[in-house]
Formats: sequence, C-alpha cells, structure tokens
Amino acid sequence: MTDPSINQMADRSELISFRIGAQEFCVDIMSVREIRGWAPATPLPQSPGFIRGVINLRGAVLPIVDLAARLGLGFTEPTARHVIIVARIGNQVVGLLVDAVCDILTVTKDTLQPTPDVACEMTKAFVKGLLAIDGRMISLISLTDVLPDAELEAA
Amino acid sequence: MDPLAAIKVTFFQECEEQLAELESGLLVMQDGAHDDEMINALFRAVHSIKGGAGTFGLEALVRFAHVFETVLDEMRSGKLPVDGNVVAIMLRAADMLADHVRAARDDGTADEERSRAIAGELANLCGISADGPDEVVEEIEGLDFVPVAFAFDDTPPPAPEPEPEIAMPAAAAEPEGPPRETWTITFKPRAALYASGNETAFLLRELQRLGDMDVTVSAAALPLLQDLDPEEGYLVWTVSLVTAAEETAIREVFEFVDGDCDIEVKSARADASGALDVHALIAMATAAGAPAEAREPSPAPMPAAATAPEPDNSDLMEIIKFIDDAKAAVAAEEKGEIAPSLPAADMAAPAAKAAVGQSAAAAQGGAGGAPQAGQTIRVDLERVDRLIDLVGELVINQAMLAQRVAECGLARSSSVAIGLDDLEHLTREIQDSVMAIRAQPVKSVFQRMPRLVREVAAMVGKQVRLVTEGEGTEVDKTVIERLTDPITHMIRNAIDHGLEKTEDRVARGKPAEGTVRLAALHRSGRIVIEVSDDGAGINRERVKNSAISKGLIPANADLSDEEIDNLIFMPGFSTAATVSDISGRGVGMDVVKRSIQALGGRITIASEPGRGSTFTLSLPLTLAVLDGMVVSVCGQTLVAPLTGVVETLQPKASDVRSLGPNGTVIQIRETYLPLIDVGVQLGYRDTPLLPTSGVALLVEGEGGARAALLVDTIQGQRQVVIKSLEANYRKVPGIAGATILGDGRVALILDVDSVLSAKVTEPPRNQTLLAAAG
Repeated sequence: MTDPSINQMADRSELISFRIGAQEFCVDIMSVREIRGWAPATPLPQSPGFIRGVINLRGAVLPIVDLAARLGLGFTEPTARHVIIVARIGNQVVGLLVDAVCDILTVTKDTLQPTPDVACEMTKAFVKGLLAIDGRMISLISLTDVLPDAELEAA
Repeated sequence: MDPLAAIKVTFFQECEEQLAELESGLLVMQDGAHDDEMINALFRAVHSIKGGAGTFGLEALVRFAHVFETVLDEMRSGKLPVDGNVVAIMLRAADMLADHVRAARDDGTADEERSRAIAGELANLCGISADGPDEVVEEIEGLDFVPVAFAFDDTPPPAPEPEPEIAMPAAAAEPEGPPRETWTITFKPRAALYASGNETAFLLRELQRLGDMDVTVSAAALPLLQDLDPEEGYLVWTVSLVTAAEETAIREVFEFVDGDCDIEVKSARADASGALDVHALIAMATAAGAPAEAREPSPAPMPAAATAPEPDNSDLMEIIKFIDDAKAAVAAEEKGEIAPSLPAADMAAPAAKAAVGQSAAAAQGGAGGAPQAGQTIRVDLERVDRLIDLVGELVINQAMLAQRVAECGLARSSSVAIGLDDLEHLTREIQDSVMAIRAQPVKSVFQRMPRLVREVAAMVGKQVRLVTEGEGTEVDKTVIERLTDPITHMIRNAIDHGLEKTEDRVARGKPAEGTVRLAALHRSGRIVIEVSDDGAGINRERVKNSAISKGLIPANADLSDEEIDNLIFMPGFSTAATVSDISGRGVGMDVVKRSIQALGGRITIASEPGRGSTFTLSLPLTLAVLDGMVVSVCGQTLVAPLTGVVETLQPKASDVRSLGPNGTVIQIRETYLPLIDVGVQLGYRDTPLLPTSGVALLVEGEGGARAALLVDTIQGQRQVVIKSLEANYRKVPGIAGATILGDGRVALILDVDSVLSAKVTEPPRNQTLLAAAG
C-alpha cells in the first residue's frame, strides 16, 4: 500500500504533531489547512460513531472526525480546549478532533521507523511509522482512510 | 483541450447567439416590422456563422449559410421584398441552419434532403427577384465571392417619399444640433490590417454612423498584376465626413486597427484650403434639384472598393476585373486633378444623398444610433458560485455580529448599532446583486419554442400562433436549464390535445388559427410560467372515463372538477385515442409534474370548457435557496422543504392508533396515514415522542404518497441557502443537504422522499447513531 504522506516525504519534511490522550501523533503539514477551536457540531444521522457531525467552516459544511474514536482510543468528550485540525484529504476537507496541537517538527526520512508488530489491526491501518524525537514517541498517521468508505456505510 | 478545439467551442457558442438573434429578428419581421438595421443584423448573423464555419472547413454548413446569406443580401439591397411568405421560408431556413450548426458541433450530419429543399426554396426567392439572375445562380453554385456592400451603398428599400422633401427638414434641423464639421480622413490600411482579420468596409460603416460621409478610393498605388502581392494593401480611402462628433470619436473607430494602417484626420475648418462650406453645398445641391446622375454614388470606385478587402476570396477573374476597374479609377482620378472644382461638386452631391438616407435613421435611432449590443463577459460558473457562497457566508457572519452586539447591550442608537444596520443593508444588496449574476432571462428557453410550435403544428396539421410574454423575466440559470423539457412538453400537449382541429374551431366560430400563450412573470418571490391555449378545455367526462378504464380511480369515485383536472398528472394517464409522435404515450404530465416538483415548484391547471386551459408553474427563483419549515427534533434543528409540506396539525390522542408492533397511524379526515417520528427515523432517540406532545407535518412525496412526520416543535418558516453534504462527506440517508443558520450552526435539510420510502423498507431502528460506531 502506497501512502502519499510517506512518499511525499522528501529528505526533509515538516509534520504537525498533536496529542490524543497520552499519545502523540503527527501528520504532514502540507495536508493541514488550518487549526481552530472546538465548536458544537450538528450530528449526522446514520453515520459511524467517530463522525461527530458537521460544522460550518466559512460557508462549507465540514464533517468532524473524532480521531480518538477512529483510532480505537475511545470517544472524546469535547470541551472548549479541544482542537479541530482542518485537513485536506483527496479533494475533500475534513476536521479532525484532537486534544491539543503540540509542535511543528522538521524530520528527515531516515528517522522514520517502521511500526512494530504489537499494534492492533486498527492502529496499523492508520499508523505509518514512528518517530523518536527528544525521547517522545510520535506516530505518523495516514489520513487517506480516515473518512468512512462505502464498506463502512453498509456495516 | 487543444487551442483549435477551444476556439471551436467558442465558435459554436457564438453560433447559438447568432442563431438566436436571427430567429428573433425574423419573428419581429414576421409581425410586419422591419428596417434596414434589422436586415443588416440578420445578414451579419448568417455571415459570421458562414465565416467561422469556413475557417473550420464545415462544408455543409458553409454551403447552406451561403445560400441563406445571398437571399438576405438581396433583401438588404431591397431587391427582394419582405413579405410573410419570404419570412416564413427564412424561418424554416433559420431552423435548418441551426440544425446544420448542431450537426457540425456534434460531428453528425444534418438532414441533407431537407437542407437541399430549403436551399432550393431560398434560391427560388432570388430567382424571382428581377435583377440579374445570372449573378445569383453563379453565387449559389458556390463561387465563394461575397460582395461586400458599403453601408452607404445600401440603397434604402424603395423609399416612397420624394427625396428633396426629406433633405429639406434634415438641412433645416441641422442648426439645432451641435455644430457639424467636415472632416477629411485619409485611411491607408497596411497588409497587417487584413492579416488580422479586419475589414475596411466595417470600419467605414462604423464611421458612417457618426454622420454623413462620402468615400472615394484611390488605387493609384496598385501595381501591375505580376508585381501584385495579394496580401498587401494598396488602396487608399479618402472619406469626407460631416459630423457633430469630435475628432476622438472618429479616431476611436480606428482604435482596433491602430498601427495597422496610416490614418490622417483633418478638420475642414482647421484646413484653410478646405474652406468650402459643405452645408451650403448640400443646400445648393438640394435646391438645384441635384441632377439624377450626380446623386448616384460614383460607380467606378465601388467595385474596386468592394473586392479589395477580400482578395483571397476572389478568383482570378475577379482580380483581373478588379484591376481593370482600378485602372479606370486611376484614369478618372488623373482627370479629376486637372479640374479640381469638379470632384468637390461630385463629393457634395452624394453627401446630400447620404444625408437623405441617414437623417431618417438617425432621427429614429436617437443619439445612440443603432441599439448597442449588451456588453457581456463570459465567466466560469464556478467562480460565480464561489462568490455566491462567500456572500452567503458574509450574510451569516453579519447576522452573528449583530447578535453579539445586541448581547452586549448596546443601545440601538449607538454608533456601532447604526453602523451595523448600514452593514446589513449593504450585505443584503450584495447578496441580491450576486444572485442576479446567475439570473438569466427566460428568453433562452422561450426562443426555442417558436420552432417547436411550427414543427408540431405542421405535424398535426393545425394552425397555431405562439404568443410569448415576459421573456425578460429573470430566474437562476440552473432553473432555466431544467425548464426547457417541462415547457416543451406542455406546449406540445397544448397544441396536440388542447387545440381543436381547424375545422372544429371554425365550426364553433373560433378563429381558425389557434393561440398558445407562453408567459413568465415574477410573483411574490417566485417565477410563474403560464402555458395556455384557446382550445376546447379539458373534457372532464373523457378524462374521468379514461382514468376509470385504466384502473387509476375506482369507477364510483366522486371527484370535483379540480380533482378530475389533476388526474392528468397521474402516471400512466392518457386520453389520446391514438398514440402520435408528439404525445399520447401516457408518459407526459406526470413527468412534467415530477420534474417541476424536483425543482421545488408546483403546477396547477385551470380549464374552462370551450375556452381553453391554462397550466401554471410556480418555481423558486433559484435552486441555491429553498423555502423551508424550520423544526426542532430532539434539540436539533431541521429544515423540511416547504414544497413537500401539505399542512401541519396537532395530533389528538383519539386520532392516533397503533398498527402492528412498531407502526403508528394517524387519522386525518377519514384516511389513516403513517405517523413517522422523525427523531426515531434519524436515530436521534430510541423511544418515539408522545404524539400529542409534538406537531405533525402532513407531507406528500414525489409519487403522491402521503404521511405525517412527527416533530417536537415548529420554529417557523425561512428561506435557507442549500449546502451540499457530499462535497466534503457523502450522501446521508434521509437528509437532502445542509444549511447554515443565523447563529452559524449547521442545520440539516430533510429529504422527505427518502424518509417516506425508508418507512417501507426498514422498521424503525432501535439504535442511536452513536451506538452504530464502526
């Protein structure tokens, strides 16, 4: 499986890192459009649980993915301190609900380590590798499969 | 897309515009009104289609356009009288030309036989005209030589009035206007001017709009044939122009060829040698009764001038003829130099004549001259939509800001509040203006109808007149695009079913010619389109019997007139005894009704036996906004499209019954309808709301299925802007889209049809959406 977030990683690339619970994750900064505070979302009927609903982003209707729920880490109880990362996935724009944004990292490709085999299938589907930075472990995640696809719709 | 293809696309777009202009011009002519300018416009339309088609090598189109153009040219020069028969043939020719254009665009072929037949009719028109049949035949045979007549050479069609009578008031009127001056303009085009596709005749014609002018051409620079470079410009035009316009206006005419020609503009007043008062000369010439031969434009320079701009269109014979003519012109010029006073007199006489021709037109046209074509630009629709989105957002933002300011407890009279009021006005105005960008007159749909009427009328053998009203009524582009089919259908129906046969009409004392009226108007924020006929009206007995025999209604049904009329919207309904090409297959009005409803519109019928029927469509002005009923369900705000809502009611405990394990029905006037709890249906709650504590919306789906939707409360009615959910997510069952409320939150728009059909396919779910986590 090819993943643009890795393929696009040139020798040096910038990543944005964020926190969900005690774990730290990161995504390619090029896919991030903006970061905004949590706003109550309008729930969508007949949707998977990790879809929190939709919000108004300057006139566009933006679906919000509870990234914790998506990664199997349990549902988030959003507060005003939670953050939405607005990211472009393909030709769609979605909001990712996370606990907090931490850092902007500049890394080289060789610092990326493969995901060890301990992780469950769900985690493996999203985590594309690990980075060790200043003693912290940061998981690089791929956004391509974050939105539900047709199979999930049937489920 | 390669550049040529892109140009071709533009060409076909322009063709559509030209065809539309052609047809509307012919239709005006059919009503008896015509003037030179109109005939010129028709000629130009056909000519530019032909020109473009030639560039792309569309031979069939060129051939047909050429014949058409020839006939128009005859008409333009007044050799062919404008009468009903000629216009009727031309209308058919315009339809054929449109077919040719479309065939060329879609890489198909037009009906060659019909094309030849119509071309033959057109050719016959010319054959009838007395003047020079040889020349006409020669042209029709495809000799691609286009006589380019100068505008001032267009002898106005047989002018009934004696000329001096007109000349006198024209001369008398002059002192009242701004001072007129005589300008001498020397115009020497270079090869680059022709190479870039410009045409001297057009420039000169443009110049003529400014005033009365006299043109002479000098071919003195013309070399011998063996030295002639066919792409070089050798001719020099000298224009004497009497006009009130400024020098800048004259120079403006040549603005686009600036640099491609040598141009010199001299005022007679500034020029001491040109002290001859042209006004006096005109007066003199008129008073003297101006000898007839002097009034004719000097013939020698004309053929030369006419052929020169299009050397590549002429064949060898033409070039030789042209050179002979040019030599004669040179000789004439040399003679002129010996007696300088003579050309001056010559010049004055045609000028006087031009004044005769022009004064009438100028008086009618007013200061603006010919009606100016609206200035338009082509803009990518996406850009407009983006702008509309942004303005929608601006409106919401402005509302939010106003709300926040109000929350701060500022006085209404405070400067902030006043500023906000101004902002509100501005944003509304911006919103209206932006919506107006997408709005287009319904003319683009209406103008296709005359052709349809002609064809259908011919097919069913009825005489039909189409009357259109309110063509300028504007409505959103997306609505217009989806109006054509329903209107086409209704007009076909009106002609085929609505109007009686000609002999029946006459027997009933009606005019033999039936009238179909197509009208558009704005009414309370919606566009209303009426299609009416003066036929027999709906035969209710027959409609009812037909519906009974098809099993659409029970035989003993007791229906009001209105209910019977509405039967024709039922799927599968048809009264036509025979299935014709036009209608009667039973797929008709129900399709019309469905497509109108899909647009958020309604359709109604009014029919009077013996007097005719009227179908009235009422549609929203735009598909970007929707009239909705804003309701609350489980603390969520939802919008139900108003078009689907028939009525609202407060359920009484005695009216609600259980049916089966989960089903609930409600009794509304003797019928039991399913009662659907929207909150349960959408998964907002598990246990249904107590019916008596909510409000029921009686809704009707596309297929006519009815049900009652139970919601918590009704907040009110509002126009909402429709936003797509699919753009960033995907389609959600039961939801048609989303909108943004005044507080900036997203509200979902109910898809009534999908909620209704869901009730059939699956029982209410006992799980919340959150529990469905994947």
